[in-house]
Amino acid sequence: MTGLELHAVDAGYGDFQALFAISLHVAEGELLALVGANGAGKSTLLRIIAGSLRPFRGSIRFDGADIADLSDIRRARAGIGLVPEGRRLFPSLTVEENLRVGAGTGRKGRWDLKGVYEVLPLLAERRDRRAARLSGGEQQAVAIGRALMGNPRLLLLDEVSLGLAPVVVDQLYAALPDIRTSGTTVVLVEQDLSRTFAVADRLCCLLEGRIALSGLASALTRAQVTEAYFGTASVSAPEVTS
Amino acid sequence: MTWVNTILQGLLLGGIFAMAAGGLSLMFGVMRIANLAHGDLMILGGYAAAVSTLHLGVPVPLTVLVSMAVLGGLGYLLQRTLLDRAMALSELAPMMVTFGIAVMIPNALAEVFSNDAQPLNIGALGTASIELGGGLAIGWFPLLTVVAAVLVLTGLHLFLHRTQIGRITRATADDPEVVRLMGVDNLKIYALTTVISLVTVALAGTLYAMRQGGVTPYEGQLTVLFAFETVVIGGLGSLWGTLAGGLVLGVAQSAGAQISPDLPLLAGHVVFLLVLVFRPQGLFGRSVLA
Repeated sequence: MTGLELHAVDAGYGDFQALFAISLHVAEGELLALVGANGAGKSTLLRIIAGSLRPFRGSIRFDGADIADLSDIRRARAGIGLVPEGRRLFPSLTVEENLRVGAGTGRKGRWDLKGVYEVLPLLAERRDRRAARLSGGEQQAVAIGRALMGNPRLLLLDEVSLGLAPVVVDQLYAALPDIRTSGTTVVLVEQDLSRTFAVADRLCCLLEGRIALSGLASALTRAQVTEAYFGTASVSAPEVTS
Repeated sequence: MTWVNTILQGLLLGGIFAMAAGGLSLMFGVMRIANLAHGDLMILGGYAAAVSTLHLGVPVPLTVLVSMAVLGGLGYLLQRTLLDRAMALSELAPMMVTFGIAVMIPNALAEVFSNDAQPLNIGALGTASIELGGGLAIGWFPLLTVVAAVLVLTGLHLFLHRTQIGRITRATADDPEVVRLMGVDNLKIYALTTVISLVTVALAGTLYAMRQGGVTPYEGQLTVLFAFETVVIGGLGSLWGTLAGGLVLGVAQSAGAQISPDLPLLAGHVVFLLVLVFRPQGLFGRSVLA
């Protein structure tokens, strides 16, 4: 089966278990949005997929192959690209150098410097600036561009909009359709439900490390997601927008 | 004119310090390892050269290559077997490992080769000089050393800034976890860094042994001090600063010697302390790897 498939994944840090029996499937070219409160396990799940963290048990398959035993390095080379939480740029390198390091996966494909500058035009003007001297939005754009330079087939985006002004987030999301035209599968973490519904094919809501709700975005209502988000049965729960 | 000569000789002496310090600076910049064995590895490089010509009949000019190859290989093993593991333990562990190596190298050398100097004679090149007129002369060999130092540091700079591996090395210095997400094995980058560091220190050690006409086991205790002083004077993480630091230290020692034969070391240490007091970030200091 193509795409990404997790089966009964338990994971955590030391004695602390953050994820319980996570099973999910994302078909090739699909966009899955992970929603959930802080601490629900969204970032942990992305780290498990990227290989930065090993699960306690469970299987992870990517394009039909079992990748549970592959290191983060090999997964990156196999086409799994993570835009990590907090952006994690190389602060002493320039924008362009950050992007070039992203090509370290050695994968060929549609993304090179030119392609990234076309999709994220604000980077082209700042190519010689050190990453440490960029605004938050610019840094996030570099982090996305850097992951694209590795020509991933599966792109994991962790809280792209965190701490950014809505207008900046709009600019970043404007790049998504372009990124997806090449058939790249996307898994993203997003707190803003309207944005999530606007871009996602499939939605998965985590609550305290368990999947509380999942399904096609078109088949779910905001009320259902809100309910799963807070783990309440109350239909009058406030709308989540932040 | 004496003082002009003093400064000139000091600059020429500084070449070796700069070269020795370049590798020290690189290892610290990429892995945050303060390599206390750097001076002893430099002397080991001198031994590799001297022994290869004495016992294996390698022509003297080629001993440089032998020394670089031996120390490069040693650097790879050192990183893979000891330093990688030490780095996984704690921040201080690698320094303790290098301290242990710094104790072992001179004692092993004394055990095998005795305390007598192992000669490394470069013949006429050692005394040949260019007359500049007015009583000034530049020795060919010191000049060669400075040129080699400039080439090594320029080469390092170009490598770090103009090549993909160099960029990846600097990225690894910034964040070794994240380069892994780009398919880069940070441990390979560490191994490469240590190999480069030890190859350059082998060159420095060989030239040092050639300059002195030979090499003895315990000299590393002094050369490691010079290398650290050079890095601090120049500013951590700046390769041009390292070159400047070497030259400043060379001039200070040479000026000290001009005043009194006991003074060269003291003069060097005083300049080092003055820099620490008045410009702790060094002459060209930056907080990140150049």
